[in-house]
Amino acid sequence: MSDGHQAPSAQSTSVPVRASSRPPAVRRFLRNRAAVVGLILVVLLVLLAVFAPLLAPYAPDAQNLRARLRGPSAEHWFGTDEFGRDILSRVLYGARISLFTGLVPVVSGLLVGTTIGLVAGYYRGRIDDVLMRVMDVLLAFPSLLLALAVVGALGPGLVNAVIAVAIVAVPGYARLARSVVIATREEEFVQAARALGARDPRLLVRHVLPTTLGPLSVQATLGIGFAILSMAGLSFLGLGVQPPTADWGEMLARGRRFLPDSPWLLLYPGAAISLTVLAFNLFGDGLRDALDPRD
Amino acid sequence: MLSYIARRILGLVPVLLGVAFLVFTMLWLAPGDPVVALLGDAAQGIGSDALAELRRSYGLDRPFLVQFGSYLGDVLRGDLGESIRSSQTVLSEITSRFPATLALAGSAMLVAIVIGMVFGVLAAVYRGTIVDHVAVVIALLGVSIPVFWSGLVLMLVFSLHLDWLPASGFGSWRHLLMPAAAVGFSSAAFIARITRASLIEALRQDYVRTARSKGLSSRAVRLKHALRNALLPVVTVVGLQFGGLLGGAVLTETVFAWPGVGRMLVDAIRTRDMPLVQGTVLFIAVVFILVNLVVDLSYAALNPKVRYE
Repeated sequence: MSDGHQAPSAQSTSVPVRASSRPPAVRRFLRNRAAVVGLILVVLLVLLAVFAPLLAPYAPDAQNLRARLRGPSAEHWFGTDEFGRDILSRVLYGARISLFTGLVPVVSGLLVGTTIGLVAGYYRGRIDDVLMRVMDVLLAFPSLLLALAVVGALGPGLVNAVIAVAIVAVPGYARLARSVVIATREEEFVQAARALGARDPRLLVRHVLPTTLGPLSVQATLGIGFAILSMAGLSFLGLGVQPPTADWGEMLARGRRFLPDSPWLLLYPGAAISLTVLAFNLFGDGLRDALDPRD
Repeated sequence: MLSYIARRILGLVPVLLGVAFLVFTMLWLAPGDPVVALLGDAAQGIGSDALAELRRSYGLDRPFLVQFGSYLGDVLRGDLGESIRSSQTVLSEITSRFPATLALAGSAMLVAIVIGMVFGVLAAVYRGTIVDHVAVVIALLGVSIPVFWSGLVLMLVFSLHLDWLPASGFGSWRHLLMPAAAVGFSSAAFIARITRASLIEALRQDYVRTARSKGLSSRAVRLKHALRNALLPVVTVVGLQFGGLLGGAVLTETVFAWPGVGRMLVDAIRTRDMPLVQGTVLFIAVVFILVNLVVDLSYAALNPKVRYE
C-alpha cells in the first residue's frame, strides 16, 4: 500500500548528502510511512503479548461474580464479562494466543511448503508433477473450507485448528518457492557449485534456499495476518481455541450473547483482531514494495 | 476457443478426483475407528460385535482403494450419503440450503462489485491524492476487519439500537441487507485493491498515450480504453470471491443465523455428522472449482492472448 506514497527522497535535493550505508530495500521500507507504522504496531503487539503478565491488572481467568458485566470504569478499563473477568487482561493475554496461533501455522506451513517447492522446482520431472498436482487439489478448496474440512476430520480444538490453518498455507509457499527455484537452478552460481562437486542437499540448502527467502518472507508476513484472522474465525465458530482460554475470537463468540446491553464485550476483542491483522498487512505490503521496487 | 474449453475441462478431471479422494480420506483422518466417526454420537453404547457388523455393512472392511472406488461411484450417481442427525439424504439437505446461500452470495457480490470498483477507479484516477489515500485505507480495513466482527457491529447498531432491520433470519430483502453488506464490504476491499493496481498499470500503457495524443478526452481514455483492459484481472478476483461465497459465507451465515450451506457445515462439524460434513465439503469444493472454470473461460473469451498460450 505504499506505491506512490513515498516521501521525497534525500537524493532529490540539491544539497549533497552522504550515501546511506543502509541497503536500498531497508531505505525503501523506512521511507514508506504506512509500512513503518505497521512495523511499530507489530513490535508493540509482540511487547504487549510478552509482558502481558506484567501489564495485565488482573489474572485473565480471575472471576469476580460481584462485578459481572460491568462497563468500562477506572477499575476495569475495558469492562468485565459475565463471570466478572477483566476484559483488558483477557485482551492482553489474548494477544499471546493470537500471535502464537498466527505464527505457528505460518512457520509450519512455510517449512513444509518450502521443502515441497524446493524439491519440486529443483528435481522437476515426475516428482514435480505429483507434488504440484497435490498442491492444485489443496488450492481447489476455498481456504476457510479447507480449514473447516481438516477440523471436521480431526475434531475441534486449538491444536487441530492450528494444523488446519497450516495445511491451508502450504500450497502457497510451495508454489512460490518452486517458481523461485526454477529460476535459480540454472544460474551460474548454482552450476558452479554443482561443478565443484556440491551434492544436492547441500546445493539446495546453501545455494538455492537463500534465493527464496525474500519472496517467502513477504508471503509469510502477510500470511500471519491471514492466519490470525482464520484462527479467530475458527474460534468464533467454537472450533478453535476452547474456553476458558483468553482468545479474541472466542471472546467475541461469547460476547455476542450479551448484546445489546454489554457492547464492550464485542468492541475490544474485535478491535484487537482488526488492529493486529492490519499491522501485519501494512508491514507485509511495505516489505513487498521494499523488496520489489518495480512499481 | 473450443479446444481451449476442452483442455480446461480435461485438466479439471485429476483435480476433481484429488478433491474427492481428500474428502473420502477425511473419515480415516478422524481419530479412532472410521465406523465410529461415521456414526458420530450414535456409536456410543454400541457393542464391539455390533460395530464390527456395521463396519461390514458400510463396506469399511474392504480394501481402501475398493472403498474409494465405490464412494466415487456413489458420488457420480448423486448419492452423498445420509445425514446422521436428520436421516435426510445429504444431497437434499444441501439443495434445501443452497438457495439461501445463493441469495446471500449474489447480493453480497453486487455490493462488493459496486463499492470495490468505484473505490478502485477513484483511487487509481486520483492516485497520490487524498481520495486515493482514503480509498486505500478503507480497502485495507476491509481486508483486516474480521467479517464476523463487522457483522456483529452492524447488528448492534441497525437492529438492536436503531431497530431498523431484523437481527437474524431469512425471508425478505430486509433480512438480506446486513449480511450482504458485511460480506460485500470485505470482498469489496479485494476488488478495490486489484482494480486500483490494474487500472494504474493500464493507464501507463502505450495505447493510453496514443489515445490521449489523438485528442480524446481524459474521461473517454480512462473509461473506454484503460478501464476495459484493466477489468481482466478484476474479473478473476470477482470470480474467486463469488466462488468462495457460493460455498457459504460460513462466518456471516453463523452471525446472522442465515440458513445457508456454510452454517449447515459448521453445525455438522459441531455435531460430528460426518456424512453431512463430507458431502458438504465436496459440494462446496466442486462449486468453487466450476465457478473458477467459468471465470477462466470468460477470461479467455475477453483476452484472446490466453487462448493461444
